[in-house]
Amino acid sequence: MTEPTHTPKPVAPTGATLAGGPLPEPMPSAPPRSQWVDVWHQFRHHKGAMAGGIVFLFIVLAVFLGPYLWDLDPSKIDFRARNNGPTWAHPFGTDQLGRDMMARLMAGGQVSLAVGITAMLLALFLGSLVGILAGYFRRLDNILMRITDLFLALPLLPLLLVMVLLFREPLSATFGIETGIFILIVTAIGVTSWMPTARIVRGDVLALKEREFVLAARSIGTTNLMMILRHILPNVISPIVVSATLGIANAIITESALSFLGLGFPPDFPTWGRLLFDAVDYMQQNPERVVMPGIAISLTVLSVNYLGDGLRDALDPRIRGR
Amino acid sequence: MLNFTIRRLIIAVPTLLFIAVVIFGLLQLAPGDPMAQVPLTVPPEVKERMREALGLGQPIHIQFWKWLVQFFWVEPQVLIDHIFGSHFADGKLRVLSWQTRSPVMDIVVQRMPQTLWVVGMSYIVGILIALPIGIYSAYRQYSIFDQLGTFIAMIGFSVPTFFTGVLLIVIFSVNMDHGSFWWFPSIYDTTLKVTDWASFGQQIRQMAMPVTVLALYNAAQISRFMRASMLDNLNQDYVRTARAKGVGERAVVMVHVLRNSLIPVVTVIALGVPQVFGGAIITEQVFKVNGLGQLLIGAIEANDLPMVQTLTFIFAVLIVLFNLIADVLYGILDPRIRYD
Repeated sequence: MTEPTHTPKPVAPTGATLAGGPLPEPMPSAPPRSQWVDVWHQFRHHKGAMAGGIVFLFIVLAVFLGPYLWDLDPSKIDFRARNNGPTWAHPFGTDQLGRDMMARLMAGGQVSLAVGITAMLLALFLGSLVGILAGYFRRLDNILMRITDLFLALPLLPLLLVMVLLFREPLSATFGIETGIFILIVTAIGVTSWMPTARIVRGDVLALKEREFVLAARSIGTTNLMMILRHILPNVISPIVVSATLGIANAIITESALSFLGLGFPPDFPTWGRLLFDAVDYMQQNPERVVMPGIAISLTVLSVNYLGDGLRDALDPRIRGR
Repeated sequence: MLNFTIRRLIIAVPTLLFIAVVIFGLLQLAPGDPMAQVPLTVPPEVKERMREALGLGQPIHIQFWKWLVQFFWVEPQVLIDHIFGSHFADGKLRVLSWQTRSPVMDIVVQRMPQTLWVVGMSYIVGILIALPIGIYSAYRQYSIFDQLGTFIAMIGFSVPTFFTGVLLIVIFSVNMDHGSFWWFPSIYDTTLKVTDWASFGQQIRQMAMPVTVLALYNAAQISRFMRASMLDNLNQDYVRTARAKGVGERAVVMVHVLRNSLIPVVTVIALGVPQVFGGAIITEQVFKVNGLGQLLIGAIEANDLPMVQTLTFIFAVLIVLFNLIADVLYGILDPRIRYD
C-alpha cells in the first residue's frame, strides 16, 4: 500500500548552500501543532458538538456535585409531603412516599451515568481487544470474527432480560444487592454491545498492518506486544473514541429500558429509568414526575450523540480543516 | 447468486444451532422452579411426578434434543396438518408452555397479529416518512430544512421509546378531555373486532399512539441513512453527465440518484426488521399491546422456560433470516456486487 500524501523531500541542503542557495528551506512561522490541538480546533467549530459537550458536562457536574449543594436525603420518607407538586421546599416535587424528587433525580443520575460509563468501558475494552487481536494475528481472525457474527445474530434485548433475571439472585447474594445488580447490569450490557467496536477496529488494524511504519518498527525488532501498544493502538484511537460516545448513549438507554421493564435495579435504588417506571403509576396526579427523568435520559443521550458526531468529524483528517 | 444464497443458508444452520445451545444453556442456569406455584398441600412424590411430566427429570442433552425435535420436526407437521387437514402430528408431543400447559406455538400464533399490525405498520409509516425527508435534506444540504431534519432525527433516536410513549399517553390520554377528538386510548384492546366503519375508526385510534412512537424512532434512523446515501451519489460523475446532457432536474434526482441511493437503504431496512421486533418489546409494554414482546416479558417473569426458549429462538431466526435477505437483496439490486 502506498501513501498518496507522501512526497519525496529534497535532500537537506548542506551548510554552504544554505546561506546563498537558490531555494532556501522556508522557515516554519508557527511552532508545529500536535494532532490533538488540530482535533480541538476542528471540534470547536462544530456547534452541535460544543453544545452537546457543554450540556453533558453540566449534567455530569449537576449529578455528581449537586448533592453537595442540595443535601436532602433521596431516601428520606416524609408522609406529610406525599405527591407534592413543585414547591420551594421541593422544587421538583415529591414522590408517593414524600421523597424529594430533585435529590432522587441526582442519585438516579449518578447510577445511570455510572452504569453507562462503566458498561461503555467494558464494551470498549472487549471490542478493542477482539478487534486488535483479529486484525493483527491472522490466525485468530477467522474464529474471532465468526464469534462476533454469532453475537450479532443473538437477539440481544431478550437475552439481556433473561440474563438479568437469572443472575440477579446469586450475584446479589455474593456482592450485596446494590453492587451485585450493578455488576450484573454493567456486565450484561458490556458483553452484548462490543461487536460494532470490534468490527471497526479490526478493519482499521488490517489496513494499518500493511503500512511502512509497521514494517520499519518490525525491522528494528519490535515485539508484537510493543507493536500493538506503541504503534497500532494510538492509530486506532479515533474510531474507539467515537464508539465510546455511542457506547455511553447505548448503555444508558439499555439500562433505563431494563429498569423501565422492572428488571433493573431494585425499587429503593433510584435510576432514571426506575424513576420513570415508578412515576407511570402516578401519571394522572403528577405527570411532571414522568417527564423529568425522561428529559434527563433524553438530554444526556442527545448531548452524547452530538458529542460523538463532532468527535467523528474532528478526528477524521479528511474533513479536518474544511 | 443462487450459489451464494444456498451457501449462506447452509452456514445459517450451525449458527442457529449454536444460538439455540447458548439460549438453552443460559436457561438451564435459571434458579426458578416451575413447581413453585403448586400448592404446598401437594405431596412431594406427586410433585416429582409432575416435574417428570414436564420433562425435567432427564439429562440436559436429552431435554435439548427433545426441544429440537419438537420445534423442527413436530411443529412443521402441525402446520402442515393445519393447512391440509392431514394427520401427521396426531399424538406427538409439542413444545408446551409451563404457564398454560398449551402448545407454545399456538399462543405465538394468537399473539402474532397484534405485533405484526402495530410493529409492521409503524415500520411502513416510518419508512414512508423517512424517505422523502432523507431525499430532500440531502438535495438541499445545510438548508434550514436539512438542519431541522438532522436535529429532529437526532432527537428521534436519542429519546427512548418508553419515554416518548409515556409522554404521548400523558398528553393525549391523561390531560386530554375524554370527549375530544384528540383523545386516544392508552391501552390496546385486542378483543376489538373490525366490523364496520365505527370499529375501524376505533382500531385506527388505538393503533395511533404506539405506531407514532415506533414510526418516529424508525424514521429517525432510516432518514439519516437515506440522506447519507443520497449525498454520496449526488456528487458522482454520472450526475454531472446527466445534467450536462440536459436531463431534467427532477429526473436526475428522482430517477438517476434515487435509484442508486436506495440500494444501501433497502438493505438497511431489511436489517432493521428483526430489531424492530426486539425494540417493540418496550413499546408493547408501554401501550399494553399483547403481542410477542409482552408474551416474552410475561414468560420471563413467570419462569416459563420453553416459552422463553422458543420465543428467543424465533427472534434469532428472524435476525439470521433478514441478514441473509439483506445480503441477497444487495447482490440483486447492485450488479457491481459479486459474491462468488
